[in-house]
Amino acid sequence: MRFLYFFCLIFLSACSNVSPWERGTLAKPHMSLELSPLQNSLRFHQYGSREAASGGVEVGGGGCGCY
Amino acid sequence: MASVEASSVGENAPDCVLTSLTNTPVHFHEYQGKVLYVDFWASWCTSCVQSFPFLNQLTHEFGEQGLHIVGVNLDEKIDDAMVFLGHHPSHFTIANHGGEQCAKSFDVQAMPSSFLIDKKGVIRYTHQGFRAGETEELKAQIVQLLSEK
Repeated sequence: MRFLYFFCLIFLSACSNVSPWERGTLAKPHMSLELSPLQNSLRFHQYGSREAASGGVEVGGGGCGCY
Repeated sequence: MASVEASSVGENAPDCVLTSLTNTPVHFHEYQGKVLYVDFWASWCTSCVQSFPFLNQLTHEFGEQGLHIVGVNLDEKIDDAMVFLGHHPSHFTIANHGGEQCAKSFDVQAMPSSFLIDKKGVIRYTHQGFRAGETEELKAQIVQLLSEK
């Protein structure tokens, strides 16, 4: 039974490597984790102004992995 | 599974056999004796939009001196590339068919990625991404390679 769990864990994983050139679908706006990028941008701007600090929130650029 | 050849500075460039948008064969080995700039791009890559005017400028500035630029398209749908090229015309060779295998051979790690190959077929400069502030360094490299025999 333990072997079966181990097998499922290793071989039935849904994770896989995505090559840089296979990220076209991930790059689409509707694949973004942000529901409202504009609203989030304003919120971070407001937060930065109020706290006199910025950064540390997230990396932009969506899911395409573009440089 | 296809083999992956790491392509780094100082190594011989992998040979890619591609087909251009006009159905002309593009064979990297045929560019020996010229300086070859290989740019891997896709329509969804935002940095690629910025790089196209610069690559067009390089073509006009150094084309007659022996620089040849090949833009290897990696779009999964060729229609996406055609729409992109409609908005951002290229003045250099665009190749698409065979691009994925070529990207594996060059071990492309990010989009866009570019490789500058000297007249002997050796990779002399690699770059990932595109930022306007880095163009002068690239131009200096091209001038250097064009001056070599």
